[in-house]
Amino acid sequence: MAQESATPPRPSPTLFVSPAPGPFPRRPLAELLVPETQARLAAICRRVRGHILRMTAAAGSGHPGGSLSAVEILTTLYFGIMRHDPANPRWPLRDRFILSKGHAAPALYAVLAEAGYFPPELLLTLRKLGSPLQGHVSYNLDIGVEASSGSLGQGFSVGVGMALAGRLDGLDYRVYVLLGDGELDEGQVWEAALAAAHYRLDNLTAIVDANGIQNDDFVARTLNLEPLAGKWAAFGWRVIEVDGHDLAELARALDAARAVRTRPAVVVARTVKGKGVSFMEHNPEFHGRAPRPDELERALAELGEAGP
Amino acid sequence: MKFRLGMATREAYGRKLAELGALHPEIVVVSGDLAKSTYVYLFRERFPERFFELGISEQNMMGVAAGLALCGKTVFVSTFAVFATSRCYDQIRVSIAQPHLNVKVVASHGGITVGEDGASAQAIEDVALMCALPGFTVIVPADEVETAQAVEVAARTYGPFYIRTGRPRFPVVFDEGYRFELGRAALLRPGNDVTLVANGIMVSVALEAAEILAREGVSARVLAMATVKPIDREAIAAAAEETGAIVTAEEHLIQGALGAAVAQVVAETVPVPVEFVGIRDRYGESGKPEELMRKFGLTPEDVATAARRAMARRDALARRHRFLAAELQP
Repeated sequence: MAQESATPPRPSPTLFVSPAPGPFPRRPLAELLVPETQARLAAICRRVRGHILRMTAAAGSGHPGGSLSAVEILTTLYFGIMRHDPANPRWPLRDRFILSKGHAAPALYAVLAEAGYFPPELLLTLRKLGSPLQGHVSYNLDIGVEASSGSLGQGFSVGVGMALAGRLDGLDYRVYVLLGDGELDEGQVWEAALAAAHYRLDNLTAIVDANGIQNDDFVARTLNLEPLAGKWAAFGWRVIEVDGHDLAELARALDAARAVRTRPAVVVARTVKGKGVSFMEHNPEFHGRAPRPDELERALAELGEAGP
Repeated sequence: MKFRLGMATREAYGRKLAELGALHPEIVVVSGDLAKSTYVYLFRERFPERFFELGISEQNMMGVAAGLALCGKTVFVSTFAVFATSRCYDQIRVSIAQPHLNVKVVASHGGITVGEDGASAQAIEDVALMCALPGFTVIVPADEVETAQAVEVAARTYGPFYIRTGRPRFPVVFDEGYRFELGRAALLRPGNDVTLVANGIMVSVALEAAEILAREGVSARVLAMATVKPIDREAIAAAAEETGAIVTAEEHLIQGALGAAVAQVVAETVPVPVEFVGIRDRYGESGKPEELMRKFGLTPEDVATAARRAMARRDALARRHRFLAAELQP
């Protein structure tokens, strides 16, 4: 019987497609809206979806649904809105991103790899012993992960602290926090929302990945959040609602959010859980279940990401 | 033995923190609507821009502290011990302990000496909770001198800390020349018959117990063990070896804190009888601090009684060993 190879599994060729690492500037809106940029972002989104599916399938567990819903948001942030440098993840002036919905770790890792924080081959080590790619994100600046999360509601407060520190130090970095809509059940989120408005943190942008589904069921049936925009507005936030899969709308919203002064802004991104894979979309089952090999094949084929 | 009644350890903390603020521009303070009670208002008065009031929202407060620490700040977070620990335990666990951030949780109103406010306000499990967090350093200072020293050491040492201070004025057991060393017990009284290991307000109680025992011809060693974690293994092993009987005394449940940490070291090094003075599987209640100390068995006489029990057990064990040794003689 042949011995198992000691080399890691060979990743599919698409995993190697990655833009050259380098500093990312805050791009002006006009630049984000030109068709070439939009096409480039769309291509990155497609690859990121492929990564998410392959990673979770290889891990045999994970949260593909809420990762797929956040792809356009994360891609727009890391490839258009945020100022950061994958070669210098401790750069004090970098804009910070916190994944408060820490179970969407595969989406963040895929985007970080695409941006050049680490080689995409590492993605297939998700959830494996010794990998920096922990099941829920764990603070590790070497790979661009700014804070630990996974227990919902916590990352948002951490973002408030970072925004306060930035103001105190006179640094103009911005802080972005991605929350799930199910996560908004947590009381801590509203404590942080109060604090950010009280301190008029206009260097902080929250984004709600409102995919309408939480662990057990649809959000509306679990614990109704609507009117969601009204709640944020009542807490003193500027609210911008968008289609969270429309790259142009997201660019406009996130650009508008960074221009808001004297108060924080929240982008309520209406999304589809499992977006991009027909049998995962709107399906609570794929909140916390990885695709099986046959499902992976079908999903990649749908995305046009099937490897040889 | 009578001690000078010093200031409350929470006040010693607030004064030292305000002083350290001038030396350490990276120190910031996060507070949850209790700045007067925790004495961090003294820092606010001098450094208002480095003071963040977050209202009555402990969960958010811990996360904000984590965010500030992630941006290079040395963060002191203060509220009552019940609110600083159990109220936001998961936030401390995930946002602070797991990434091992430079956050100093300094709580006031530890233990039952909170007094009249009763059970909900009396933290009797806070030290155990904080000891259970990997990487956390946990300190329960005995008086104003040790508190100021511990706060200074915490400010200069990277990592997450929990420091428990108290509401009432504490007897002063250390002189001004005392130098607190992290993870080191302080020998307050030499002795060879039994060792009393205490922290917080129980250090003064243990010293009084040692006086009682001395009148009975018993020489009791008194160790002030402010650092519960990491515990001073050497001092405990030496005490076990040299005195053969140990009593722990703390204003806390006997589970999970000083007594448990000492017993673990004793079990792993020189197994000798250990007796535990502390609160036994119940919550506090309203009353005057001294009344509660009596009711909960935290008086010098209680410590002396425990010492007599520990010595009796040690002596019984020794008799049994001598008997067995004689039986086994060929």
